[in-house]
Amino acid sequence: MVLGGVQFRPMRIPIDTFSLPNGLFVTLSEDHTAPIVAVNLWYHVGSANERPGRTGFAHLFEHMLFQGSADVEANEHFELVQRAGGTLNGSTWLERTNYYETVPSNQLELALWLEANRMGKLLPAMTQQKLDTQREVVMNERRWTMDNQPYGTWMERLPALCFPSDHPFHHSLIGSMEDLTAASLDDIANFFATYYTPDNAVLSIAGDFDPAEARRLIERHFGAIPRGKGKPPLPDMSLPPVFGQWKREVVPDDVMLPRLFLAFRSPAFGTDEYYAASVCGAVLGLRNASRLRRRLVLERQIAAEASAFTYDLSKGSDLLVVDVTARPGVHAEQLEQEVAHEIDTLVRDGVGPEEVERSVAVIQTSFVSALQEAGERADRLSMFATYFGKPQLVNDEVDRYRAVTAEAVNAFARERLGEDNRASLLYVARDDNPGELVGAGAATEAL
Amino acid sequence: MSAATALKAPRPIPGAPREYHFPRFDRRRLSNGLELVVAPVTKLPLSTVAIISDAGAACDRQGREGTAQLVAKLMTEGGTERSDGAELTARFERLGASIDSHADWDAAALTMTCMAEHLPAAFDLLGEVMLTPAFRAREVERLKAERVAELLQLRAEPRGLADEQFSRFVYNASSRYAKPDDGDEASIAAIDRDLLLSFYETRYAPGGTTIVVVGDVTVDQAEELAQRVFGSWKGGKPARVTADDLPVKRERAVHLIAKADAPQSELRIGHVGIPRNHPDFFPVNVMNAVLGGLFNSRINMNLREVHGYTYGAFSGIQWRRQAGPFVVSTAVKSEVTANAAREILLEINRIRAEPVLPEELSLATSYLDGVFPIRFETTSAIAAALAVLVVHGLPEDYYDRYREHVRSMTIDRLLDAAQRHLHPDSLQMVVVGDPSVVRAPLEALGFGPISLYDTLGNPAR
Repeated sequence: MVLGGVQFRPMRIPIDTFSLPNGLFVTLSEDHTAPIVAVNLWYHVGSANERPGRTGFAHLFEHMLFQGSADVEANEHFELVQRAGGTLNGSTWLERTNYYETVPSNQLELALWLEANRMGKLLPAMTQQKLDTQREVVMNERRWTMDNQPYGTWMERLPALCFPSDHPFHHSLIGSMEDLTAASLDDIANFFATYYTPDNAVLSIAGDFDPAEARRLIERHFGAIPRGKGKPPLPDMSLPPVFGQWKREVVPDDVMLPRLFLAFRSPAFGTDEYYAASVCGAVLGLRNASRLRRRLVLERQIAAEASAFTYDLSKGSDLLVVDVTARPGVHAEQLEQEVAHEIDTLVRDGVGPEEVERSVAVIQTSFVSALQEAGERADRLSMFATYFGKPQLVNDEVDRYRAVTAEAVNAFARERLGEDNRASLLYVARDDNPGELVGAGAATEAL
Repeated sequence: MSAATALKAPRPIPGAPREYHFPRFDRRRLSNGLELVVAPVTKLPLSTVAIISDAGAACDRQGREGTAQLVAKLMTEGGTERSDGAELTARFERLGASIDSHADWDAAALTMTCMAEHLPAAFDLLGEVMLTPAFRAREVERLKAERVAELLQLRAEPRGLADEQFSRFVYNASSRYAKPDDGDEASIAAIDRDLLLSFYETRYAPGGTTIVVVGDVTVDQAEELAQRVFGSWKGGKPARVTADDLPVKRERAVHLIAKADAPQSELRIGHVGIPRNHPDFFPVNVMNAVLGGLFNSRINMNLREVHGYTYGAFSGIQWRRQAGPFVVSTAVKSEVTANAAREILLEINRIRAEPVLPEELSLATSYLDGVFPIRFETTSAIAAALAVLVVHGLPEDYYDRYREHVRSMTIDRLLDAAQRHLHPDSLQMVVVGDPSVVRAPLEALGFGPISLYDTLGNPAR
């Protein structure tokens, strides 16, 4: 295939896999260019698995995993990895929770031992005091990311608007203050026993290691951890292809400028149709030459910022989201109309091959750029292994994007970008904020 | 350590670390004075180019703050003689290239990453940007208006507001560093297209520019590209501008910016620090790692893990050619604002009063030493590191000797650095929070006199 007149060089990373008898699925990807190795664990549990009245639990639990285990003191996990010259963290998402370290390659065993210790022996170290402290930390995380941040609540309002109230993706990932307060040590124990088991996890190692040695270490540290007793199945996650109406929510907030999140129900991550949706999102709002930025920020100058993204949900359906902030002087209703007009134009007239080519080229470069980092390689291997049992899919990613045609994008747009599949979450300034009411010139004087 | 600890399973013992060196780089110089720094890195078929010009915000004229940033952004967004900004960006993006232009305090950088096969075409575009920018009037006005919108947004954004206001309370009013690097409403309004053009003509010149190339390319290839594209660029060497970094003459004080009903307070506590080229850079950096530079540092452990006041608390020095600020940053639940400030003050005093423990020093040094290779996994990270070398005129073997410097650090040197470079008596505290909750406890804390401001920074009752 030829892009921009130059031959495309395919790029593949090496991948090996095996499973332990206890069900732990392992992927290995060697790269000896630097003495660095990444260890990455995905547990197939996220906020979607929470029980009613316990929202935010998967995430609170992630914090507790840094509070020590039978052989590791509270916060010693962080200290040991940093003392080894490593970086580390964890994160919680709707469908999964991940934990990861990137360390100098001679410290591989330390990272594996730490992950195995908390997978196998977390509960003896749990105390009420640790739970109380982390609950406070998480409540501060909530205030910092959402409650004291303009527009911050979009993170829980948008899924709530887009998924039915009994759907596992509907409720808040970080959780309500009430539910966080109600979480108990018993909840910790049950959650751990149910979900933090080797057969519900994927372990990936990428970078500078010897495969035979890595396998020996994995067997030594993870081999004795017992298989789990199974987890409650998620309910049927499938939904009709469209919302069936234009859902709308207007949020008066402590903000200066209106901001619109316009969401579309879209095909689940990993399907061929997903790639068309993802390219459509890129045509609309990835980088500076994207449509919304050109039209609304540069030409019409009614928006200060415009972008688009997908949630990358693998179960049932995904969301494609357009995110546009108004310029001073532009009213919320106008903002919504202008964005809708651009979407209507795209549905009616379609996108051209050149726009698709630009989008795919940009996506490809950023994908390859990300793969320079051992931690990113390991994380993507874990993702494809967790969702599809096939880490090798990481090597198909660029080809799948390159296979997307303008026709496929247009078919997606006709099916999914219509008025029957839109959800608007529109932030407007509260009455006491003047920003929305003054023109750009007047704003300068008012300040 | 408790008896229980002694019984715990032994930790894995690491083998010897494999050798690592910072990517080898070479320098070339074109006859017009343009410098070239090239690091061939062939892990993946990618290349990053960073064009560094001596045109940072420190060069802004008084009353025209924001000029450097506007010029830097307009280099791409203002288009070239051939293409307007939108079309120019599209030409980069059709190559899959990411393109960014911005100015920090000390330099302007035009940065581009692309698949290596597109490097020659991308290089041509970079030349077009550097040599024939058009500063279209329409885009000048748009970027000025976008800065005004950004400033408006800041009034409702506690984090950014705290950062922005902090500078004006630690630097003397005459200092460039007292004003926002991107300018304020008045300075932006005072900037016109002629000023931007003359800034470009003065500051963007081959004698003041270095091109850093990192990736799947040889030194000779990079030089050939540079010669072809930039060989005809004419111009001299702009004079170096030294920013005034005078601290404010003020006793310890609290500057409370009122945000009614805020569930959290954004806190900034600090003072003017030291310049990047100060001989105490390494001791200060390692001392800060013990104090607040890492997750396991004293301030985060105290505020987050012991008290649960916050999601995170960190300290750092913003390294600039002249003295950037030292600042402790955190966001805490409103009710514990004064408590958190007390703990921060306590930690600053403690690290000046007592030697750090051997295990604290070794945590900081072994982290900075061990993490060194992990900092340079990508072409863009390596290019950024080489840009630091260029901007601050660091020795050629700086990255080769970095780890020795860190390893040789001692408890005494950390204590000395803390005593000489942390100044508890001149700390300024900025709080963006709810006065009805935080004011009385802050008064009781006795940190210093409290002044109240609105979100525009104007004195309030």
